[in-house]
Amino acid sequence: MAFDSFSAFIAMDGHGPYVWACYGVFFVAMVALMAGSVRSRNAIIASCRRGYETQADKSRVASPTPSATFTRVNIPQD
Amino acid sequence: MWRIFHKLGSPKWFFGIAARFMPWLLAGGLLLLMAGIIWGLAFAPEDYLQGNSYRIIFIHVPSAFMAQSVYIMMACAAVVTLVWRMKLADVFVKAVAPVGLVLTFLALFTGAVWGKPTWGTWWIWDARLTSMLILLFLYGGVIALDRAINDEKSAARAVAVLVLVGVVNIPIIKYSVEWWNTLHQPATFKLTEKPSMPAEMWVPLLLSVLGLYLIFGWLACVRMQAEILVRERRTRWVKTFVTTGKV
Repeated sequence: MAFDSFSAFIAMDGHGPYVWACYGVFFVAMVALMAGSVRSRNAIIASCRRGYETQADKSRVASPTPSATFTRVNIPQD
Repeated sequence: MWRIFHKLGSPKWFFGIAARFMPWLLAGGLLLLMAGIIWGLAFAPEDYLQGNSYRIIFIHVPSAFMAQSVYIMMACAAVVTLVWRMKLADVFVKAVAPVGLVLTFLALFTGAVWGKPTWGTWWIWDARLTSMLILLFLYGGVIALDRAINDEKSAARAVAVLVLVGVVNIPIIKYSVEWWNTLHQPATFKLTEKPSMPAEMWVPLLLSVLGLYLIFGWLACVRMQAEILVRERRTRWVKTFVTTGKV
């Protein structure tokens, strides 16, 4: 250990604010970058899944009933 | 040889390989970085000239080193994009440019905060500092250019050309401390010489550099996976992956 006590470790002989500001910003920036990257990848996966589901729904509704049907109608011709 | 090259160019193949390596990259990177930082902060001896402010080195040097390495990797990928039109190379450039931006910002920020107690100033137009600021703008330029062009192929080519033009800045950063002898000190590590600091200082520094390297690898994998998914949305393998979780 390079320091005698925990308070000496925090104070760093007066250089504490500089050292801890650097480590704080480094930590926050790296965590934000890593979490943001994972979240945006997962959001893309989720949006792909939604896209496939709506596609599947559309085809399920559309396929059994044809869009136009023809029925023969007998019209009496006096 | 060519078969490996073609396989490497296949986004699907890369996606699967990345998924297999990612847990190891993340675990190893976090372990090494944490070990280096804790060792450097609490156990490394004090610097006889700078006191404890020198402990910033354990994140300043890894960020600055990675900021330049990422740019060199991007330049290699840009050559591959222009010569072989390999899609994966372009995916790499787009995925890691924001990472490079953040790392360059961190190098500049930690450097400025370190400069205050050591040099007595936050900022000076020293050659090393100025060339690093240009690197920050280059990363910003790459990201902006990519967003400004809608067509995927023309964006890939324009970005690759910009990255290659910016490479001239890398040797300037590297040798700035020797060509213009101003405030910034010379390189901490050299391949040809023994480090000028005791082992209790350079071993934790080496650990945190390696740790950040592995974390960068993990970040590149995550971000490339995201970019690949967007581009290959309409293919069958992405559909299988999204619905079953298997590649």
